Amino acid sequence: MHMRRAPWLTAYACFVYAFIYLPILVLIVYSFSGSGVGGFPPKDWTLHWYRVLFDDGALWASVLNSMEVALAAVVISLGLGLPAALALDRSDFPGKAAFRRLVLLPLILPGIITGLSLLMLFVAAGIKLSLLTITLGHGTALISVATTEIFAGLQKFERVQEEASLDLGANHWRTFWHVTFPNLRVSLIAAGLLIFTLSLDEIAVSFFLIGRDNTLPLEIWSRLRRGITPEINAISTLILLFSIALIVIWYRLRMRGERAPAEAATVPLEPAVEARTL
Amino acid sequence: MYTRAYKSAVTIPPLLWVTAFLLIPYAILFAHSFWSVSPSQVIVHNWNLQNYLELWRNPMYLTVLFRSMRIAGSVTLLALLLGYPLAYYVSFHAVKRKDLLYQLVIIPLWASYLVRGYAWKTILGSDGVLNGFLQFLHITHGPVQFFLYSPFAVVLTLTHIYTPFTFLPIYASLEHVPRNMVEASQDLGASPWKTFLRVILPLSLPGVIAGATFAFVLTLGDFLAPLLVGGPSGIMISNIVVSLFGAAYNWPLGAAISLCMLVLVVALLVVTEKIEKRLAS
Amino acid sequence: MNAEPATGATGAMGTASTAGATAATGAGRGLLSVRNVEKRFGARPVLRGISIEVAAGEFLTILGESGSGKTTLLRLIAGFEELDSGEIWMGDERLDVLPAYRRQVNTVFQNYAIFPHLSVFENVAFGLRAKGTAKAEIPDRVRQALDMVKMGEYAGSAPSRLSGGQQQRVALARALVNRPKILLLDEPLSALDANLRKQMQAELKSLQREVGITFIFVTHDQEEAMALSDRVALLRQGLVEQITDPREIYGRPATAYVAQFIGQTNLLHAEVQDGVARAGAIAWRASGEAGTATFSLRPESIRLANVHPAAQNSGAGAGQPTGQNSARNASVRFCGRILTQTFGGAADLIEIDCGDGQILRARIATPGLLQGDAEFEFAEADAVRVRDSAAG
Repeated sequence: MHMRRAPWLTAYACFVYAFIYLPILVLIVYSFSGSGVGGFPPKDWTLHWYRVLFDDGALWASVLNSMEVALAAVVISLGLGLPAALALDRSDFPGKAAFRRLVLLPLILPGIITGLSLLMLFVAAGIKLSLLTITLGHGTALISVATTEIFAGLQKFERVQEEASLDLGANHWRTFWHVTFPNLRVSLIAAGLLIFTLSLDEIAVSFFLIGRDNTLPLEIWSRLRRGITPEINAISTLILLFSIALIVIWYRLRMRGERAPAEAATVPLEPAVEARTL
Repeated sequence: MYTRAYKSAVTIPPLLWVTAFLLIPYAILFAHSFWSVSPSQVIVHNWNLQNYLELWRNPMYLTVLFRSMRIAGSVTLLALLLGYPLAYYVSFHAVKRKDLLYQLVIIPLWASYLVRGYAWKTILGSDGVLNGFLQFLHITHGPVQFFLYSPFAVVLTLTHIYTPFTFLPIYASLEHVPRNMVEASQDLGASPWKTFLRVILPLSLPGVIAGATFAFVLTLGDFLAPLLVGGPSGIMISNIVVSLFGAAYNWPLGAAISLCMLVLVVALLVVTEKIEKRLAS
Repeated sequence: MNAEPATGATGAMGTASTAGATAATGAGRGLLSVRNVEKRFGARPVLRGISIEVAAGEFLTILGESGSGKTTLLRLIAGFEELDSGEIWMGDERLDVLPAYRRQVNTVFQNYAIFPHLSVFENVAFGLRAKGTAKAEIPDRVRQALDMVKMGEYAGSAPSRLSGGQQQRVALARALVNRPKILLLDEPLSALDANLRKQMQAELKSLQREVGITFIFVTHDQEEAMALSDRVALLRQGLVEQITDPREIYGRPATAYVAQFIGQTNLLHAEVQDGVARAGAIAWRASGEAGTATFSLRPESIRLANVHPAAQNSGAGAGQPTGQNSARNASVRFCGRILTQTFGGAADLIEIDCGDGQILRARIATPGLLQGDAEFEFAEADAVRVRDSAAG
């Protein structure tokens, strides 16, 4: 279908893109600027801040922490999101609607509420705050992402294949492993990538559950409180590139078999994406 | 086709987890909101409504709440004004590079909230890029103060964060507008503008509502942007909660505010769900 | 065609026909016995106490329009749904209490349901592996099954590269390799184009004869049913309207619904009295109780009277039954005005106005161009009395 050309709209669209990318470009550009963050235009091109970054032990310790937490969060979220998606797809039980809303609630609820309520739980249960509590927080908040992604994958999966498998003599367990699971592989990997990325960048929930060890965002945060250092630009650029790589892979996986980006833009995606600012 | 055992096996583990880590915490939050703090910094379980009365009576809370809602409203409006035309452009006008353009919108989302907030801080500061740029062009002669540490900065930063969020659901609903309906409208003589008003816009409303809800709710509950770029005049309601759980040590009061936020969010969700259902029929 | 709504049929009728059919096929006890099965979806009843006996080695087609319950019945036999009341037995054992994976029944699905992530070989081997067949045995059995459906060359292929017809053969092989007692086929040919469909019908029929397994075939296409089956069970609103072999169901439909569903027919509403049925100006000898009755008369049974040399006694005037001649081919004559004549290949479809608002349709071979009034006849035995009330 052809629409008449609309130059104003095109210009406006360019403006919006510029607005969206401006801070990112500033970040990247100024991470190479010798004078750090001040002024315009940027001067003194240098890799100095990256060198400082590589020597920064505390920062890399927090990166390691973040990776550990992210991996654990992936395991928890997928491990619970998969049965949750199956339950929502196949089973009818009293309170199913409430269950669905509860599972999906952390997606739209501001992270502060999820974080605070979990904090109170841990205090009441006498659990000391640590990377473990952060992991539990991420896992809980991100189950909704896993559930949404896997549920979407289930919708595309033909249930009749499971019937065929049962018909041929395979019991439920065998059917799950040999028929359902292989067909969900793409959804699971995509969900895993998404959860990993979200967990790496997560700050709102982590803010309240932090113990002695910092995750990367929290480490950056504490340094920001002390003042702007251009080193932050460098690490931010690196995080950006890493996250982008993961997300591009995720997107490609999601698009496998689809022809239109509209498939990616269907409802199951936005809640997953909205989860960005947990 | 699915046995009882199968259904139980898939339902029970997530149910247990969600009960333990969502339902019970909310219950504890709920309980805390009815307790209070003794002068010796101990939480006393004396069930009462003091916290809620305090919220109602003390003008500071209401002031901050209204400011938060104004900020949330502004962000939502701006994000829609930016996101909708962009979505419309990518959906209807970008024929060849639609996929790429779509990806270009998603990518900034993965640039970490913190990182983007920090970027705005460096841009808007008195030594920052914007001021430097304006002085470079001799548009201004000294640093402009109000760019940073003001509600303006908070709105700007959060609009930046949430524009992709409004884009996505609007784009999804625009993609679902049947193209032959648009063609039929044009065939019947409606101008592009009329076609937009009468056909496309109504059909895209579910996406608009979804995007607006997300932007509004998440902005309202945001505490990071105010801390980064808001300054004293940009404090939002969640910042009060943060301090109540921090230095100001009054968990019950903080819980009360949080609970109000929770109730507000759930109410908004229920309302938008109902609206979407009515639109769908 | 007069559109007569045939009101319900009872299950008893099905059983009566079944008894006849069982005797006809000579089988002893049925291999599969569906007894008074009821199934509801929510508040909506789909099967209302249906009973069928299926003989070993027969090709039974379950025919019906959408909503008649035929697919539901199939799924109950396969084990994908649970019945609300009644029982299903296979031989001496109760079938409906077993889960799907323990039944010696296999299904060919409407869109084949081939596993996309497995090769053709692995698809066919799936059931064998699930049941723990000896590894050494598997390749031979798979090859045998694939050869039977002429897909032997495609063992290593990926299903995505196969056409619809090819996938369907793989689905067949995948089911048959397990040597089930019964093969269920759920409208397997509906996704194929007309030519391929005819070809597959022939192959299915010869396959069934070769393998000797009971086939239960579901379709809404009555021509398909008539071509393939040993017996046809016509379902309507969750009950068996009639179950018998194709010739019988065509020539002796039990109810008006059957008469109209299978092939085309004219429904004559007649008054029967003293052994004579009268519909408007047409009269013929008929047995059975007196009163109002409906008769089914196939269009091809109607001929032009003056053309046919084998016409019986001319009789005075139109519409009189022939005399005391009790020959089964006694012919009945009537007069009518030609309304329309439509070319139809070997025979033309002719609409005849017989007076009193009665319009009959006839299929007459090469009649030449007809106009005005003409005389027609049909054999007495071709007017089949059908039930059209629930109390039948």
